[in-house]
Amino acid sequence: MSKTILAVDDSSSLRQMVAFSLKAAGYQVIEAVDGRDGLDKAKNQTVDLVLTDQNMPRMDGLALIKALREIQSYQRVPILMLTTESSDEMKAQGRAAGANGWLVKPFDPQRLIEVVKKVIG
Amino acid sequence: MTIDMSQFFQVFFDETEELLAEKERLLLGVDLANPGKEDLDAIFRTAHSIKGGASTFGFSDMADITHVLESLLDKIRKGEMTLKTEHVDAFLAAKDVLKMQLDGHRNGAEVDLGAVEEIRGRLALLSQNIKSGLPATGAASTPGMSAASLHSGNGKQLRKLHISLPAMPEQDLKILAAELALLGALEHIPDGSKPAVLTLLTTENTDEIISICAFMVDTDDLKISEEPVSSNTDTTQAEDDIGYGFFDSMAELGINVDQKLLPQVSEPVLNLAPNVLNNAPAQQDAKPREAEKEKNHPNHESSSIRVSIEKVDQLINLVGELVITQAMIEQRTDTLDPIAHERLLESVNQLTRNTRDLQEAVMSIRMLPMDYVFSRFPRMVRDLAGKLSKKVEFITHGASTELDKGLIERIVDPLTHLVRNSIDHGIETPDIRLASGKSETGKLSLSAGHQGGKIVIEVSDDGAGLNRTKILEKAKKQGLDIPDEISDSEVWQLIFAPGFSTAEIVTDVSGRGVGMDVVKRNITAMGGVVDIRSTKGSGTAITISLPLTLAILDGMSIKVGDEIYILPLNFVVESLQPVPDDIKEISGQGRVVRVRGEYLPLISLYQIFAITPRFTNPAQGIIVILETDGQKVGLLIDELIGQQQIVVKNLESNYRKVNGISGATILGDGGVSLILDVSALIASRQTSDAELICS
Repeated sequence: MSKTILAVDDSSSLRQMVAFSLKAAGYQVIEAVDGRDGLDKAKNQTVDLVLTDQNMPRMDGLALIKALREIQSYQRVPILMLTTESSDEMKAQGRAAGANGWLVKPFDPQRLIEVVKKVIG
Repeated sequence: MTIDMSQFFQVFFDETEELLAEKERLLLGVDLANPGKEDLDAIFRTAHSIKGGASTFGFSDMADITHVLESLLDKIRKGEMTLKTEHVDAFLAAKDVLKMQLDGHRNGAEVDLGAVEEIRGRLALLSQNIKSGLPATGAASTPGMSAASLHSGNGKQLRKLHISLPAMPEQDLKILAAELALLGALEHIPDGSKPAVLTLLTTENTDEIISICAFMVDTDDLKISEEPVSSNTDTTQAEDDIGYGFFDSMAELGINVDQKLLPQVSEPVLNLAPNVLNNAPAQQDAKPREAEKEKNHPNHESSSIRVSIEKVDQLINLVGELVITQAMIEQRTDTLDPIAHERLLESVNQLTRNTRDLQEAVMSIRMLPMDYVFSRFPRMVRDLAGKLSKKVEFITHGASTELDKGLIERIVDPLTHLVRNSIDHGIETPDIRLASGKSETGKLSLSAGHQGGKIVIEVSDDGAGLNRTKILEKAKKQGLDIPDEISDSEVWQLIFAPGFSTAEIVTDVSGRGVGMDVVKRNITAMGGVVDIRSTKGSGTAITISLPLTLAILDGMSIKVGDEIYILPLNFVVESLQPVPDDIKEISGQGRVVRVRGEYLPLISLYQIFAITPRFTNPAQGIIVILETDGQKVGLLIDELIGQQQIVVKNLESNYRKVNGISGATILGDGGVSLILDVSALIASRQTSDAELICS
């Protein structure tokens, strides 16, 4: 069975790009429009990987990661941040929140698939 | 596997367009005295999202502007800088530039590169004021190039220079700092009491800097040293190449990732500004061109489709024909015996209902929400109020009210004019308002709503109101014929006379004389009516009533002699059969009819169209009371036939313009009937009685 990825981003164009690329690479993709939507969708179904943007309305990426790590079934699910801020401070914050890695925006679809493959195969 | 990024362009364009509109809305709504954290975050986020998309999809010019914009917004939302009017001005201007760039990518519209450079410089200068303490106004008006130089994409090497200056008066230092700021990002400006060191990020060469400093200091006292720019250090370079990384927690999940990729994040050494722009994939720069080729990519998911207006109009026309045919059937079956033909008549009724539903559904395709017009005003009001040093609070109601596309496009100009007038002539300056006991901020409201079969749009303000005396003086000066006793509402109508303007000062905003007459003419041409209510000192309200659509109207068919005419129902107040005593002959003014104590001029339709009626005596015929522009008249006809929806056919395009007739329609029996132009009928009363207005 193909693996499922939760893609959280408030920008619909980026979300579509991410979803389209991942689907093309054979993954199933659940899209969420912000942190809270992502959290709701994550609760309904366990996924194999979470990709989340940082800056979003209602609930940002860091808050989502923290909330997901509170959930038993999400403690060992890999989470990657998709962020324009590649500063060490941001990475340290992401790591503290429970992220497993980061991907700097802008990225192209090939790069995204490459990273996802490294993580969940 | 390669994925064609251009398939996402359309979504990006739509999204950016929405984000820009959202940004403008938020900026216009922001309270400068006490900007809400959430608002600032939301404004920041619009810039941030556009930047993210623009850099991903290779629109580097937009990414560039949003980058500068984003950094300034970030400083403001973090409280490092206070939001000021000049920031909002610059942000709005940046929004305009981004929109222009967006249109450039989307439709191949022309992009004014000068404006792009201007706004980039302006934003960068505002960013620097954080430390320089320079008056922001001065900086904002300087067409700067600083940020342009910051962007290393211009081929020049970005360098960080330390400029050591001798002691100099603080004033001189500030002037010099402002000059240097034009060359790039100025990082540090100490006070001028002791020898100072300025740090400048620039692509300009050292000679240029020396020549600027030479105006203020002796070049011998000047020392310039260079420091490599941190963002180009090897570590970041390496990171940029990879663009991603994993924390060691990944290993704990049992996932084997390349250990070389694990970053050393434990010690945050420098808070480097992420050089995302340089990271933008250069190979994608050519992609925007492809966007033009593939504007409507089939993969683009959407819940709406674009249809040309011609197709919609053709559909409306066909439905119009169907309505006529249906009316024809209805009329022909009307005479049948209801019992013998029960099932046929039932079907005809069904057809009638279906036709009406279909007609409404088709008409609704052409409907657009008033927001289409309203949304352009907040910005205009803000700019105008700023220009005239007035404070205006702008409110809209009923923006979701729908109106025919053709009408909505034609209402833009008249409304713009009325809104301008309100700000320019209606709302007073803050000091005058305070002196007259009002709050210093004027209220301007724009509302739309349905009233009966019409849409009513109102522009109202709480300004000075119309000045009766001034209008009368001006009207007399212009040689207008003014009766001695004239009601307020008649005085207000005078401002619609051609060339009429009471503005004492002709501003570049309004008051040039082309004005209210054009407004009135445009609205009348749309089948609408303008009404003014005004109270001196407390404001003016101008109401425009428009038909929902031009293509179909509710009409009343009337008969004079053998002719059937249509009266648009929205002009009809009532109809009555007068008693002989109510008809009076007034010398020089013709006949009048008394309706509940009020004498109304009586127009005989048979005289106007020179036909032989059944009745010439008003007491035998029927009088229809018509009203337009606050004037009422009685129209003498033979008989009322009934009310029906009619499809308006343009007489001019099929025959020629005929005075007193606004169009024609095809009746249920296939005959043609003329639609009376009520405004012209009423106007004809003022010219020497009903002097044959038809040719």
